[in-house]
Amino acid sequence: MAYDFRDIAAFKGVWVFCEQREGVLQNTDFELISEGRKLADELGCELAGIVLGNGISDETAKEVGGYGADKVIVCDSPLLEHYTTDAYAKVLCDKVREYKPEVFLIGATNIGRDLAPRMAARLHTGLTADATHLDIDTTKYVEFLKESSSLDLSKQKFDYEDRNLKMTRPAFGGHLMATIICPRFRPQMSTVRPGVMKKAEFNADKAAACVVERPAFELTEADIKTQVLSVEKAAKNMVDLIGADIIVSVGRGINKDVQKGIELAQQLADALGGGVVGSSRALVDAGLISADHQVGQTGKTVHPKIYVALGISGAIQHTAGMQDSETIIAINKNESAPIFGVADYGIVGDLFKVVPQLINEIKAAKAAK
Amino acid sequence: MKAIVCVKQVPDTSGKVAVKADGTLDRASMATITNPDDLSALEAALRLKDATGCEVDVVTMGPPPAEGMLRECIARGADKAYLISGREFGGSDTFATSQIIAAGINKIGVEADDVIFCGRQAIDGDTAQVGPQIAEKLGLPQVSYVAEIQKDGNDLVVKRMLEDGFMMVKVQTPCLLTCIKELNEPRYMSVGGIFECYDNEKHPMTILDYPALKDDPLIEVDTIGLKGSPTNVFKSFTPPQKGAGMMLTSDAPAAELAGILAKKHII
Repeated sequence: MAYDFRDIAAFKGVWVFCEQREGVLQNTDFELISEGRKLADELGCELAGIVLGNGISDETAKEVGGYGADKVIVCDSPLLEHYTTDAYAKVLCDKVREYKPEVFLIGATNIGRDLAPRMAARLHTGLTADATHLDIDTTKYVEFLKESSSLDLSKQKFDYEDRNLKMTRPAFGGHLMATIICPRFRPQMSTVRPGVMKKAEFNADKAAACVVERPAFELTEADIKTQVLSVEKAAKNMVDLIGADIIVSVGRGINKDVQKGIELAQQLADALGGGVVGSSRALVDAGLISADHQVGQTGKTVHPKIYVALGISGAIQHTAGMQDSETIIAINKNESAPIFGVADYGIVGDLFKVVPQLINEIKAAKAAK
Repeated sequence: MKAIVCVKQVPDTSGKVAVKADGTLDRASMATITNPDDLSALEAALRLKDATGCEVDVVTMGPPPAEGMLRECIARGADKAYLISGREFGGSDTFATSQIIAAGINKIGVEADDVIFCGRQAIDGDTAQVGPQIAEKLGLPQVSYVAEIQKDGNDLVVKRMLEDGFMMVKVQTPCLLTCIKELNEPRYMSVGGIFECYDNEKHPMTILDYPALKDDPLIEVDTIGLKGSPTNVFKSFTPPQKGAGMMLTSDAPAAELAGILAKKHII
């Protein structure tokens, strides 16, 4: 039967594109598989991961089963070793046309954000960018709105039979949230922000039970108009904000002595139990700290156990990336700084004075336990 | 060879953002700027012009006042400008927008060694989708997140950023690149450029409206605009304000905070 993007009923199942780098599946893949499981359960359908690469073993592929996938589709070729838009988009679009999944999720990584729009344009369907919340079930969506919006829901009408994927994302630098639907075409595609969806516990039995499919596909060198000459890792270690339990972030308030400010932040993170240094966009834009430290709308979304904001005013671009942290502590000279609006605990004062005291007091409080 | 640069006029979300009661953006009360990543795209094209003498065309889709932004691009050094504007285009999502802009670029014409430059993403939507989708519609290879560009015969060698490093990629022309701000430092408008930017003979401004584009093979007229777009906004809303936290105002706030954190087993 011919492929028809308008034939909604012909599409079944949830798919997650699982990105590998140097043959290793990424954390974002597992987050999306975990979220995909939830959607597949709401739809009552199958969840599959799809992995493209070169020399991907069954064992590696089955890892996605451990996070909830029923099945993993592997397309393996030397031409897929490194990511190229042409090769990946061709193979994935061909497989979508063959299997017709109704939902297709892709991590909003630098690669996912290159691949997904190209695929959506070719498949003639809509694409939501950088979703931070996904629902099929309308009852659950309304629950989400109750918690996460300032809408007066008593005045809203909802169709509780609706089975469209409701994809919610921040817009205008986090000032607004928008829920996007793609009602007329399939698959419903979304990229999903890394670090937002909760990764399920790995289940070894489910991983072992995961079915691996290796379907035939067509790909030749002539399909690829770019050539990857080399892949280089950043020289220094990148800071792992997303995996950190404790993040102490610095902003413009450390300008008077940037090096000392960053040192104090690291010492405070260590005193709190070991963590990493984050930053606001202002310091990254000024070239005072590298971009991998940036928390916020254009940086990373984090939800550590403890988030400390030092000298950060708290523009919504920043708070959009950290407001779901379990405990937020803000230290700022300016008592009207908006960061105090999202903080659980606030201290008005000079961070260069307060932080050393706080480090000592935390050490003392821990010693007294 | 020529360079075509896609630019967008956006509300300045770095300043105060005004939201109307219905949860949509109050655009009228906000200043507009040229999207920052697009200025890097324009600068990359102008450097290609500096090196090769090629023509630089700028194209945007937007309401009629976007012409002012295009004039500014000319004042920075661009040669010709194209304004895609029409009521029928309003409310287009990225899929619809990319069809319309691709059709506009089709009108300009893409030749053997042309390069199309876009910004990585616009600060109002942050989607990063329109560049790659234009490339798809035009059947061109793309490289996104570009931080360096070198010419290599008829090909380009570009540095493409990843989260944890980068790739060096060789790409055939014609192609489309999406540029990040690390690529360059955009130049200012020159005095001569400002004098010249309204000279329509030297720097023609072409308006491409719905009748001009509707018969282009790249456009499906039933998938453009607010109604035709594949995606629709189901709801838009503002996040709730979190309840006020506790301000520590004693004489020894650091000790007070450490005490609370210990008591609540946070540390």
